[in-house]
Amino acid sequence: MRIRRADERSERRLEELREQAWRAGRVEAPGVRPSGAPFPKATAETGYYGLPLLKPPTWTWEVPLYFFAGGAAGAASVIAANSRRRDPALSRDARFLSAVGAAVSPLLLVSDLGRPARFLNMLRVFKPQSPMSVGAWTLVFFSSASTAAALADLAEERGVAPRLARVLGPPAGFAAAASGLVMATYTGVLVGATAIPVWSESAPLLPVHFAASGLATAGSLLELAGNRSRALNRLGLAAAAVETGIGAALEASRRPALEPAKKGWSGRVVRAGGLLSGPLPLALRLLFPRSKRARRFAAASSVIGSLLTRAGWVAAGKASAKNSR
Amino acid sequence: MSVTGFFTDSTLCIGCKACEVACKEWNQIPDDGFLWSGLSYDNTIELSASTWRHVQFLERSLPVAGARRRESAAWEFHSDVCKHCENAGCLEACPTGSIVRTEFGGVYIQPDVCNGCGYCVVSCPFGVPDRNPSDGRVFKCTFCYDRQRGGLEPACAKACPTGSIAFGPLETLHDRALRRLEELGEQGIRDASIYDASEGSVGGIHAFSLVRGDPRAYNLPPAPEIPTVHLKTAWRSAAAGALFLLAACAAAFAGTRR
Repeated sequence: MRIRRADERSERRLEELREQAWRAGRVEAPGVRPSGAPFPKATAETGYYGLPLLKPPTWTWEVPLYFFAGGAAGAASVIAANSRRRDPALSRDARFLSAVGAAVSPLLLVSDLGRPARFLNMLRVFKPQSPMSVGAWTLVFFSSASTAAALADLAEERGVAPRLARVLGPPAGFAAAASGLVMATYTGVLVGATAIPVWSESAPLLPVHFAASGLATAGSLLELAGNRSRALNRLGLAAAAVETGIGAALEASRRPALEPAKKGWSGRVVRAGGLLSGPLPLALRLLFPRSKRARRFAAASSVIGSLLTRAGWVAAGKASAKNSR
Repeated sequence: MSVTGFFTDSTLCIGCKACEVACKEWNQIPDDGFLWSGLSYDNTIELSASTWRHVQFLERSLPVAGARRRESAAWEFHSDVCKHCENAGCLEACPTGSIVRTEFGGVYIQPDVCNGCGYCVVSCPFGVPDRNPSDGRVFKCTFCYDRQRGGLEPACAKACPTGSIAFGPLETLHDRALRRLEELGEQGIRDASIYDASEGSVGGIHAFSLVRGDPRAYNLPPAPEIPTVHLKTAWRSAAAGALFLLAACAAAFAGTRR
């Protein structure tokens, strides 16, 4: 208990009360302020006691990691198909990277499900109006094709059934690249076409954003693995340029729904991801075109930036649902 | 089969929560913790995997004749439920086909198919479907599909003692709601409105309400949209992204020597 000591103020207040009672026959007190006051209200401005209107995404850490791995794998298959004639060594590496991503992706996606054993229920139906359904089918197709393409390369190298590998390799590589284009972009549609304000407001931006991010990751990982191709540097430049533009567009936008991508914890992650995958690698690649070390730095920055970008956008969705009224 | 609906008239609700209890008992839903929220008499807080009917309690400040200050004089009750949208975001989003439209027009999650991907959770503009963390699947109001199949009315409507939850063919309910609005107007109650989300892309809801005051105070969104309206923009952006990937790769490798 706090011990109240008499002072000038307390005594003046007591006299005031006596004065008031004497004059009016009653006194007015400020009343008791309960702890926790003021209490939330149910009004048009605050919504129902300030409680969120929407449910936050149930997605756990696997999902942003899946966006990262799937996007990189998809872009890698496109690099593999385009470098087939001009740079066969790079193409083989890209096919391998794509197959690794394609092997990891389903594991991440399945483990995020509430009932992982029922993953195959995704393949009961095909619903073009559901990006999740389109994505599940794409992933199955892409995983098969890119694994087949990588195996064909491996078989050819080791001399195991080389004729079969030479026949199967090109169509598998083509199928992987075609579905890889969807893999690298559909996740943007997946989050864009939802009721979560920060995602749906970014629907025109996210698929391009994720495509550029996936391309940057794939190219950078190949660079970090020791590929010196100048084409990879150009890809890094192009992706970083697009990422810089998207970051600028996001910063310039004043729409309140986009706040979770700019403010708070999620906003900080999105911003950090944007800096590391946009302006920083762009500057490094432009300013030091001949420096191997600058290229490695740029590549590492892009990979980390891409990972942060995916994590940041998923976190922004959760924050956005929490703020919804 | 005719399309059935719920018309929840909040002006008849007495906040007894019989609908919540009836729903839990009939559907055998687990408890959601015994917590005191401090938010009026609402200790249920929200619709969730374990709450499919939720009675809201609103303490509204109304000017009272003769009183010097605005007093907290009105207490509104409203039994909230899955809206069973005409164009349902959850149904369109469900990748397993677990969520279906029943012959009564309701939106139903088949629990034996749902794999808990959670995409319906982010696709509902009303924040209704919810994943049960201990079960892994998503749950929401079934519109008592089992009872309706047997020719019975849903448990909540049957247990409601005042007729606040009316169940029946959707068209007759709409007429009834309009008549009720008129009746209230004659009684001098002019802040009542029908909330049926019929204007936007949702295209109307099968469980609609009559509420007093601003619907936003009940967490009823003023302009709910079905997320599929964003598909065109998003896929167009995806096409642009794919084109960028192709163009960048083609350009990057065009200059390199074999």
